[in-house]
Amino acid sequence: MGSNIEYWKKGIRDGIPIALGYVAVSFTFGIAARNAGLTVFQAVLMSAVNVTSAGQFAGLGLIAASAGYLEMVLTQFIINLRYSLMSCSLSQKISDNTPFFHRFFIASGVTDEIFGVSVSTEGKLNPFYSYGLISISVPGWVFGTLLGVLSGNILPERVLSALSVALYGMFIAIIIPPAKGNKVISGIILLSMLLSLAFAKLPLLNQISSGFRIIILTIAIAGAAAVLFPIKEDTNGR
Amino acid sequence: MGDNVYVYIFVMALVTYLIRMLPLTLIQKEIKNKTIRSFLYYVPYVTLAVMTFPAILSATASIWSALGGFVIAIVLAYNGGSLFKVSLSACFVVFIIELFIS
Repeated sequence: MGSNIEYWKKGIRDGIPIALGYVAVSFTFGIAARNAGLTVFQAVLMSAVNVTSAGQFAGLGLIAASAGYLEMVLTQFIINLRYSLMSCSLSQKISDNTPFFHRFFIASGVTDEIFGVSVSTEGKLNPFYSYGLISISVPGWVFGTLLGVLSGNILPERVLSALSVALYGMFIAIIIPPAKGNKVISGIILLSMLLSLAFAKLPLLNQISSGFRIIILTIAIAGAAAVLFPIKEDTNGR
Repeated sequence: MGDNVYVYIFVMALVTYLIRMLPLTLIQKEIKNKTIRSFLYYVPYVTLAVMTFPAILSATASIWSALGGFVIAIVLAYNGGSLFKVSLSACFVVFIIELFIS
């Protein structure tokens, strides 16, 4: 049990950058929620039970427009479908010895950021590491929402702007080290960024939502890489 | 808008949780197929790269501060900096650059 606590502490440590980035992003969500007419409690509740930036912003738009519930279901499904891909990937990272019920709790914390940090750990994923990540980053997400919805001016603009890159800095810290000396991973990262840029800027392609862009590019690029450069069987951990 | 805001929130949370939970609970065995294993191995690199770029460039008050943060993060990550160090250094660089340009 001692080692589980160690894993939990390590998760908290690694979750600090997530929490900081979350405060910045959810702060802007809080402001948007107030503008959409949600009460403080409703905004905080939405953040606490969803923990998904794009999905929540889209949800606000639908609530403000009094959209149908089916429309809400479809929108959330499309925007958040990328989490399924991440969960598939994570499913291979959990040891057979890990009791089954942990999967239900790990699932609650599958966000872009927590997933990114979880898959980057060596070997199998200890659920208590996930809980460490969740137990600092989700409060950060909720706290930022609370600040944002209470007042738009608590955090200085400069600080908010600086914190906005925390999550991206983290993503870079996850994907760059394994790319060092690995041409396949380096190529995949470069190609992903270039195509992502193309999808963001080119006409027609830029009509595709960012959630779908992630799904399309992930399936295309990771799929092609899997066929062209299958991993060697001694690559452990997944 | 009225009480049904809570129904909206419930619907959102339910859909989002199912999306996250079903693959984790339905896929319990280790996948043996080499192509699928390779695919899942490459997934994080693509998703995280796609999410980072070009979104990072419009995350801050100025594209130049964002670019500064982006470059410093890559350099530090390449040299083995920890998550915490890379992430906060990027924030710090953005903060400093914005002090000078605005």
